[in-house]
Amino acid sequence: MVNDPQGVTSSGGLAPEEDASPDSAPSAGQLRRLGGGVTRHRLLLVAVVAVAVLLAYVRADSPVIATQAIVTGLLIGGVYGLVAMGLTLIFGVLDIVNFAHGAFLAVALFVTWWLVSSVGLHPYLTMLVTAPVMFVLGYAVQRGILSGAMGKPLENQLLITLGISLVLENALLLFFGANPRAVRLPGNQAVGVFGAVADLSRILAFVGALVLAGLLFLVLQRTRLGTAIRAVAANDAGAQLVGIDTRRIYALTFAIGTACAGAAGTLVAPLVTVEPSTGALFNIVAFVVVVIGGMGNVVGALVGGLVIGLAEQLGGVFLPGQSPLLSIFIVFVLVLFLRPQGLLGRSS
Amino acid sequence: MTQTATVDRAAPTPLPRRPWNRHLVAIGVLAVVMAPVPLVLPPSQQAIAVRVLILALMSIGWNIMSGFGGMFSFGHASYFGLGAYTTAWLLVQHHVSPWIGMASGILVASLFAVVSGFLALRYRLKGAYFALATFAFAEMFRLLATNSDLVNRAAGYHVPLQVDESWWLLQFAPASPNYFWIALAFVVLALVISVAFLRSRTGQFTLAVRDDQDAAAALGIAVTRHKLTTMALSAGITSVAGGFYVQYYLFIDPDLAFGSAVSIQAILPAVIGGVGTIWGPLVGAVILGPLSDVTATLLRNPPEFLAFLAGRGGLDVMIYGLLLIVIILVLPQGIYSAIRERWFRL
Repeated sequence: MVNDPQGVTSSGGLAPEEDASPDSAPSAGQLRRLGGGVTRHRLLLVAVVAVAVLLAYVRADSPVIATQAIVTGLLIGGVYGLVAMGLTLIFGVLDIVNFAHGAFLAVALFVTWWLVSSVGLHPYLTMLVTAPVMFVLGYAVQRGILSGAMGKPLENQLLITLGISLVLENALLLFFGANPRAVRLPGNQAVGVFGAVADLSRILAFVGALVLAGLLFLVLQRTRLGTAIRAVAANDAGAQLVGIDTRRIYALTFAIGTACAGAAGTLVAPLVTVEPSTGALFNIVAFVVVVIGGMGNVVGALVGGLVIGLAEQLGGVFLPGQSPLLSIFIVFVLVLFLRPQGLLGRSS
Repeated sequence: MTQTATVDRAAPTPLPRRPWNRHLVAIGVLAVVMAPVPLVLPPSQQAIAVRVLILALMSIGWNIMSGFGGMFSFGHASYFGLGAYTTAWLLVQHHVSPWIGMASGILVASLFAVVSGFLALRYRLKGAYFALATFAFAEMFRLLATNSDLVNRAAGYHVPLQVDESWWLLQFAPASPNYFWIALAFVVLALVISVAFLRSRTGQFTLAVRDDQDAAAALGIAVTRHKLTTMALSAGITSVAGGFYVQYYLFIDPDLAFGSAVSIQAILPAVIGGVGTIWGPLVGAVILGPLSDVTATLLRNPPEFLAFLAGRGGLDVMIYGLLLIVIILVLPQGIYSAIRERWFRL
């Protein structure tokens, strides 16, 4: 598992979706179950990414710049993938467009920062606190607030999660102030990766995200709870008929999704400035990733994360002087218009 | 009563059959009653009143597309920002009157709404996908404006100060009641347009499309054309709010024009007041507008138990969020609709 990321970067990012499958072996089987049209779109995706990477090498002043962009892009893409997995899980099971996902990540960021600066924990150890805390928070939010809007029109749920994100983000602003903070990782240093340079914290965040993503995938595929979650996603009325407590599954799924955001918050804490608005940025990216991967498709989210990480960094090569987010939105709008069901189709 | 409704689309808005004249009379009464307000209020509260009117104008625009049209927009910042930037660019770079600037803003915003709307409909974006697409467009405008020299990058525009008051340049002394009257005139006009739209053939067809698109199409209603008309009208009204915003605050930058907070400001008043009603956005704006000043006053001289929050920001938006959650859960039809059902029928 630890060696796989090395393999990912060595392939030069030519085909990130091929990187995802060996890492989480069952995904290949799951993707095979999808129709032939999806295979065609997967090939198209591989081709587009390959062309983009090649063009980046042509366009960049020196190959080192392009390699650096690809390595950085794939590393952060893994984290995007983890954030988006939580979001897409929530969408697939609860049919909720969750605008609060980034706010949960921001809460985890601040919990991490507080534990590191006040208690003196090692940044990565705080995950033992953030993930469970966010799990409980997610469970409580779903049970207390969102359950009242289940089955209501999409807009109502969207507005409620928007309200939750406004409350959380501004509560952080109110209690911690707007001053940016930082979490320092002891022993953080630059490491050479295939001719490029990356901070150890980025590499560890990537590895951690892939491990957690694999774990989540195993939970979904191999446990009773995971089977129940997939059953509810596929057909909630049917799941109820065979004796699954769907309301409990809704709450647990939302909690697991939120815990993903929490774990991701801890992983990215050493990479980003800790401020209330950081979560919103990840929220935007996660939406893009979810749509690209196909709403509700967990493996697609991971692949989409890598693609978007690449798009962000290659955007810096193709559109110098523009914000890296712009290339993300261009990819987003193209995918929305041309293939709103996602590049990898939807799987329950 | 409180549980039956939805934000929009699914439940037909219970509009009485011939309420038009009563609505117009109510709008007239509103104009007459509100007109002397700036003469009574102290300058600081006049600023709040103008902000309420700008919020109302944005939200009346949003309500036409998302309430009457049933197309949930999460990107009205696009139209607001295009109106603001068109006005500011023409004024600062080319010394064109803001009146012409706002008229051009309407054209630019409506044109963009039609083009982007056509693409969205052409590729059949619905529900969440449609909302996300509108959001993506607004964010793209924000990023482009932040990074392009054509519109001064992140610095934005400062409107040059005039020595004398001028109607043509829409600039008055800071405490002048003229700002309020102009904003009030815009809001009254927007309300009249809302009523006129609803009573028109186009408006009725739009409601039919919202309530059941397939049935409407089967009856021969041109679905795409009516949706695009609704979007253009909505964008035009919201863009005027943007143009006036620049003139009133004398400043605009990419975040103030295209930020996601702007889109949220267009949504909240309508949702809290009542989506798909004529008066909802105004009612919501009257509730939301003064909130940030109330909380700012509270935090400037906080009571004992809140002393640790002195000087912090964020409380106002936090209350917006709480209000939003409570309204959706308890009064999904909005405050105005709840009042209307309980006490009187307008």
